[in-house]
Amino acid sequence: MAEQSPCTDMAPVDDILSSYPREEASLIQVLQDVQRVYNYLPCEALTRVSEVLGVPLAKVFSVSTFYKAFSIEPQGKVTVKVCMGTACHIRGAPQLVDELSRTLGIAPGETTPDLEFTLKTVNCVGACAMAPVMIVGETYHGNAMPAKVSSYLGKKGVTDEN
Amino acid sequence: MRTEGIARFEALKEEAQARVAARKREILVCCGTGCRARGALELADRFADEVTKRGLEASVGLYTKRVGCHGCCEQGPLVIVSPDDVLYAKVRKAHVSKILDAVVAGEVVEKLLYKDPDSGERIAHVADIPFYKYQTKYVLRNVGKIDPTDIHDALAHGAYQGVVKALFEMTPEEVIEEVRISGLRGRGGAGFATARKWAACRKAEGSPKYVLCNGDEGDPGAFEDASLMEGDPHAVLEGMIIGAYAVGSSEGYIYVRDEYPVAVKHLQRAIDQARELGLLGEDILGSGVSFDIRISRGGGAFVCGESSALMRSIEGKVGEPRAKYVHATDRGLWDRPTVLNNVETWATIGKLIVEGGATFASMGTEKSKGTKAFTLVGKVKNTGLIELPMGTTLRHIVFDIGGGMPKGRSFKAVQTGGPSGGCVPADLLDAPVDYEVLTEAGSMMGSGGMIVMDDRTCMVNVARYFLNFLIEESCGKCVPCREGLKQMQLMYDDILEGRADPDILDRIEALSAGMKVGSLCDLGRSAPNPVLSTLRHFRAEYEAHIQEHRCPAGVCRELTAFEILDNCDGCHLCVPACPTSAISGKPKTLHTLDQDLCISCGACFDVCPTGAIRHFPKRELKERNAHAETDH
Repeated sequence: MAEQSPCTDMAPVDDILSSYPREEASLIQVLQDVQRVYNYLPCEALTRVSEVLGVPLAKVFSVSTFYKAFSIEPQGKVTVKVCMGTACHIRGAPQLVDELSRTLGIAPGETTPDLEFTLKTVNCVGACAMAPVMIVGETYHGNAMPAKVSSYLGKKGVTDEN
Repeated sequence: MRTEGIARFEALKEEAQARVAARKREILVCCGTGCRARGALELADRFADEVTKRGLEASVGLYTKRVGCHGCCEQGPLVIVSPDDVLYAKVRKAHVSKILDAVVAGEVVEKLLYKDPDSGERIAHVADIPFYKYQTKYVLRNVGKIDPTDIHDALAHGAYQGVVKALFEMTPEEVIEEVRISGLRGRGGAGFATARKWAACRKAEGSPKYVLCNGDEGDPGAFEDASLMEGDPHAVLEGMIIGAYAVGSSEGYIYVRDEYPVAVKHLQRAIDQARELGLLGEDILGSGVSFDIRISRGGGAFVCGESSALMRSIEGKVGEPRAKYVHATDRGLWDRPTVLNNVETWATIGKLIVEGGATFASMGTEKSKGTKAFTLVGKVKNTGLIELPMGTTLRHIVFDIGGGMPKGRSFKAVQTGGPSGGCVPADLLDAPVDYEVLTEAGSMMGSGGMIVMDDRTCMVNVARYFLNFLIEESCGKCVPCREGLKQMQLMYDDILEGRADPDILDRIEALSAGMKVGSLCDLGRSAPNPVLSTLRHFRAEYEAHIQEHRCPAGVCRELTAFEILDNCDGCHLCVPACPTSAISGKPKTLHTLDQDLCISCGACFDVCPTGAIRHFPKRELKERNAHAETDH
């Protein structure tokens, strides 16, 4: 879950670091594990990783912002992913994204202010037979229809304004 | 050493065969991506529980197995009952009991069998289903058959025999020669001759040498590499071991896309099991050859499928490509000689060595030998994973195997090669699919994704889709790719929103030419391909957008309006489909569409079974309104 306090508990970071060789080649693997624990990369964690692996913080930051798997902002409790593969595109993924943006009041890549949902567009997830596909948390919704977006999100999805 | 090593392997194989000997019949539950998304894991659990509860393992030798992709994803979740290979489609947990009753009684459950979408006929056996009967399984030989998490099952199905043959009966040179005879070309896209790459790396000075597997399958609509890594990870390892022996490497990496956690899990398990049996690691089967493999998880960047970027990423750096005046076979990973091949290439090697290169070369066309795995997706009835000899025509693939277009729509194009490829139009449907033909058509083979498009696909919009994709994925290192794509996107916005200048196509072509020459890596150089191929084959669609402000496919929202015609029979299907509640009307009466609420998404058009909704240029709507005002 997203930890927001500046004094983030660093114990998991140290655990992760101890299981990889202390070299630059471990950087991406370590950051992936950190991301998995906190659901984003807290600033303090990046500093710790930089110190332990002996990689300059600027480089750690550069890698953290280059790869899509990483986020340096806290993420919502539930990630809503819309597949933007070609098959999904031609079967209506853009309409799904538009509808989700309208419903949640955020653009793709953003998180709702209450930290409930993060909306993401992802490249092909390989479930092309069910295109267009959107994934709420771990649940897939195949042949998804814009008109049913709110029901895919569950009750929490519909905010008061909508 | 030789006889000893072979004897050791034979003992492993016998033990493996003994372990699976009790399995007289098997329930093979497809747990590929598509079926998993439809609940195949829970289904497999239900089968396993029920089989145990009924004691069917002991009584009739019936076992359940979670296997990789069966291919016909459209019909998932799929279940095959072996050895008769009866296929059940769209299986739900509620069907488990019935299927088991039938298996025990030696019968089939008629109503769960695959139903041919054209004839409506039920077909029981895999070999009789059109989707399967035209295929030739070579690289996918064990996908969907073996339990990918059990090395014994893989061994019983012939895995690692190529390793034994290569290590004990062939010199590294002979291995490379066999691959040369096969004519195998890289399955990742560009189609470089595999044997030449290996020979160059073998000759290169410097050590250690590295053997890499590119599992960063980033082309949208392609999932054959995922299916291989998930469904038969041992084939990938086997190929890499043989390749490492051929080039003289003792260290390998598999770079797997971040979005493929199941592939990582199955590969890691396969590596651990192979190590345990002495098929990987120090002194493989006592041959004196040592080779080990590590997995490197990607960070979710399309550019990392490019070879030099992939190597930077394994090194823990930002995945930026570098200029290729130095070959990776001389200076690749950590500046050491490196062979990088794609998943499908590696998975081909084991069988190729066992059967000999000539068998592989007997399939395919003059310059493109063997078979190729494809994913057939988009606007086609039978979506899925297939494997065919090179040189098969697109018509055969799309219509005989794919079953043609759903909803009676007409074929427009097949997109191949991902964002570096292009669209092949209808007049090339009879062209044989191989590297050269696709390149000539302005596309490329790529990793094997085939996205079928129908008359409801706007080709200008598709080109813009790929631009958006590439803008997101450009690493930003070189200017022609980074800035060129952005300018190109602005021009496309103008076209799609009806404010483009008449000379815009000339400017697009000029910019494309510049990007092709000026970009640093193949990703940038090939970035204009979707633009150029759609321009070449579908110029009339561009002109309709630019000159008439009309989207012929009725997709571009700024240019398209919808209306309900008088032949509406009030079936009401469009009402729940509309996200803005713009359609109203009681069932069985003529419905009406409120133009002020309509967002031109086309959802109503796509669900209407009677063709009572039409799309027309939005400018006509404005003209109509203007008329109405002057009339007042």
